[in-house]
Amino acid sequence: MSENIIEVNNVSKAFGGVKANVDISMVVERGSITGIIGPNGCGKSTLFNSIVGYHPIDSGSILFEGNEISHLVVGDIARLGMLRTFQQTRIYGEMDCVDNMQISVSHRPGSQATMFASRRGEIRERAEQLLEFVGLYSKRNLISGDLSFGQQKLLEFAMALMNEPKVLLLDEPTAGINPTLINGLIDRLRRANEELGITLCVIEHNMRVIMNLASDIYCLSNGKMLASGKPEDLQNDPRVIDAYLGGH
Amino acid sequence: MTNEKILYLGLGIFGIVGPMLFPNYTLQIAMLWIMVLMASTWDITGGQMGYNSLGNITFFGVGMYVCAAIQVSMFYDLAEYTASYGAIKPVFTESQYFIGLILGIVAGGVVCVGLSLLLGLAVFGLRGPYFAIGTLGVAVAMREIVTTMDTVGGGAGISMPFLPLPIEYRSLFFYVLCFLLAVAAHFTIRWMFSTQFGLAANAIRDDEDKAEAMGIPTLRYKQFGWAVAAFYMGCIGAVFGNMSGYIEPQNIAFPLPTFGIFMVAMALLGGKGTLWGPVIGAIAFHIVKETTWTYLLDWQYIVLGLVLIVNIVYFQQGIMGWLKSMYPEKFGIVVDKSTNVSKGDA
Amino acid sequence: MFELLFVSAPIMNVQLLLEGIFIGSVFALSAYGLALIWGVMNVKNLAQGDFVIMGGYCAFAVYQLGIHPLFAIPVVIVFMFCFGWIVYKLIIKRVIDHDMFVSLLATFGLSLLLQQLLNLVFGPEVQTLDSQYGVFLLGDFVTVPKIKIISLVIAAAFATAVVIFMKRSRMGQAIRATAQDARAARVLGIDTDQVYAFTFALNAAICGVAGVLVSMIWSIQPFYGIIFSLRTFAIVTAAGLGNLPGVIGMSFVLGWFEQYAGVLAGAEWQIAASVFVLIGVLVWRQIQARRHRQVVR
Repeated sequence: MSENIIEVNNVSKAFGGVKANVDISMVVERGSITGIIGPNGCGKSTLFNSIVGYHPIDSGSILFEGNEISHLVVGDIARLGMLRTFQQTRIYGEMDCVDNMQISVSHRPGSQATMFASRRGEIRERAEQLLEFVGLYSKRNLISGDLSFGQQKLLEFAMALMNEPKVLLLDEPTAGINPTLINGLIDRLRRANEELGITLCVIEHNMRVIMNLASDIYCLSNGKMLASGKPEDLQNDPRVIDAYLGGH
Repeated sequence: MTNEKILYLGLGIFGIVGPMLFPNYTLQIAMLWIMVLMASTWDITGGQMGYNSLGNITFFGVGMYVCAAIQVSMFYDLAEYTASYGAIKPVFTESQYFIGLILGIVAGGVVCVGLSLLLGLAVFGLRGPYFAIGTLGVAVAMREIVTTMDTVGGGAGISMPFLPLPIEYRSLFFYVLCFLLAVAAHFTIRWMFSTQFGLAANAIRDDEDKAEAMGIPTLRYKQFGWAVAAFYMGCIGAVFGNMSGYIEPQNIAFPLPTFGIFMVAMALLGGKGTLWGPVIGAIAFHIVKETTWTYLLDWQYIVLGLVLIVNIVYFQQGIMGWLKSMYPEKFGIVVDKSTNVSKGDA
Repeated sequence: MFELLFVSAPIMNVQLLLEGIFIGSVFALSAYGLALIWGVMNVKNLAQGDFVIMGGYCAFAVYQLGIHPLFAIPVVIVFMFCFGWIVYKLIIKRVIDHDMFVSLLATFGLSLLLQQLLNLVFGPEVQTLDSQYGVFLLGDFVTVPKIKIISLVIAAAFATAVVIFMKRSRMGQAIRATAQDARAARVLGIDTDQVYAFTFALNAAICGVAGVLVSMIWSIQPFYGIIFSLRTFAIVTAAGLGNLPGVIGMSFVLGWFEQYAGVLAGAEWQIAASVFVLIGVLVWRQIQARRHRQVVR
């Protein structure tokens, strides 16, 4: 069992002439909450997409639990135990919440979800428990497409938990959420990490959130890794402050 | 009694009693069950999974030919038989015929399952319209290939062995086969969609990228769904070949502009993506078609094309979709009145 | 046949290559039209081949009146343009925003309708219109009907005219702007509905011209349309949108492939050959996409 559940080594990715990621290296420790920050356009989402298999990388390597994954497709990587949530929140809009949850059960070998598992058994029970955990139990029979944006975000998070991932990559989980509800979301993220043992890697713009949540933070700027370390170090790092506020 | 039980009872009674009450229409009612099967199996990958195939008719024709080949070649040399253009009139004993038929039907279904898995490799990496066009291409290709194969009669086709039963039982025999296959298909589909399979299928339809990103092995589900459709289409194709007494590639085995598109039209009319939609659509379609066909004469297919277009453009949700929007509670859909006000946030 | 082509009479290859170019140029017209409406309004027109056949039958109708089919071209352009406009307003406009299978199925329904209408009006016989221009002889083995050369010239000239129109005219600019970003175009005052109608009508006119040429250099029949549509899709899928040289190149390749398949494997394999190309292109695209960790959308 390696200490680093994800290792990104010298990854570069360019789109045409735009160098989105240049020689990025970072690690995510098992069981930690790691944050990725940086101003708009610095390459955070590109890095995310490279890790989860959304596009090929130009050079470098990405290891998950010690194994190279940079050539695998999204589905294979998900089945290895790495999930991601989407910034625009993606759920199955025509199905109700419980069904959304049930189909999110893990499809890894050895899981209880065989192709023809019952929809009224243990899987359903677990789905309802997790809906309770995120506070959506009362909405469980509604069509998920009819929920509000914030509720859909919670549903997407619950679906990810249902899958029992080893690592969860979250793309701006607090974006678009009413500030009064952010604390609730943060609390649940922390509980997922501590109680369920899920490693989290979070892209975040909200400084208050990420500085309180993460144990390690990486800051990107202009496609390159600018700084990394503990939250209190980065908060006072002049380069980080410059990247956000100043010119480049 | 729930609405559904009433439907089952009604259809079941009609299925059993129909040919007794209307013996002259036995084959027409048999066609009805064939249409129900076609529409229902199309919907497995079509309405439920979002993989709208325009080429399911491929399996119909392949099943037909496999069955015919087995029926004839068990007792005669197939190439000689087809080359004689019907000069060789096979005489089968009852047991010869029935063994050949049963084997042929099963083989037709099984071969089609294998074919669907093979073809799936070529087409399941395609989304949306590419999949539709790809499957259409496959159907056209299959039709053309069969036309060139002289062993199975090429463009001239195969004259089918005659059912050695008294004439008054002939229609009834095929009717029973069609009805049983349609019932089997329906309950297979009903069971499949009552399990996780149904959820996976709908997830693939709603957002396949999300499904993949959640680790659902989408290819496996697509393969299984299409294999079930292929099996039943192959079986019914085999039966239909025997019913029509003569098979050939253009109009009987691979009738793209008729059955090939009917199955899609029926599922759309009744409401794709539902269990009963294709059934209701097939029944409505078949009844309307049978009653108006003779009056329309040359204009039959023109009217059909128009109906298809109007259906697609103006009535996409189909009958079931329309019913669901009118009476959502009756379908178990829960509408939360309190969230209707604003779509703010939690 | 194989032996003949490559050993004893290699000059026959010249014949086949020329035939491939002649018919390929017509394919290219149809493919350009499809790429146009696909790129601008994301409509995959399964009735494309039927538009072509319809153009051919217009020429046939003119021919019945004793007029030489070449003179049908201006008539066909106008007629098919109006037809395309009407089809857009009645059908395409209403399905353009819906999911892609709906628009595909709508055009498939249209294809069925056209096939059956043509069958009803003109009958199921295969027709070829005799241009009575005679043949041109290249050496001892290669005969080139003069009409095929004329057809190639017309196809090239027409295509060039359309391309110039797209580059220079206001409407052409509006079309290209809408293709890039419809919302931005609307914001800037372009009536996108008008643009879509024009584009679809233009496509119909292009197909009409292709049809007139097909009626003279090849043959038409009410049910040939769907094969033509599949060919056109194969070309556009292989070449990619916005790749005009690719479209032309792929059209010739398809033309050559069909000619060689017909000669080497037998006439009945010609249709199968073009469908195999379609399936081959689709499979190749998937393999390509997979290398980029994607699927073909």
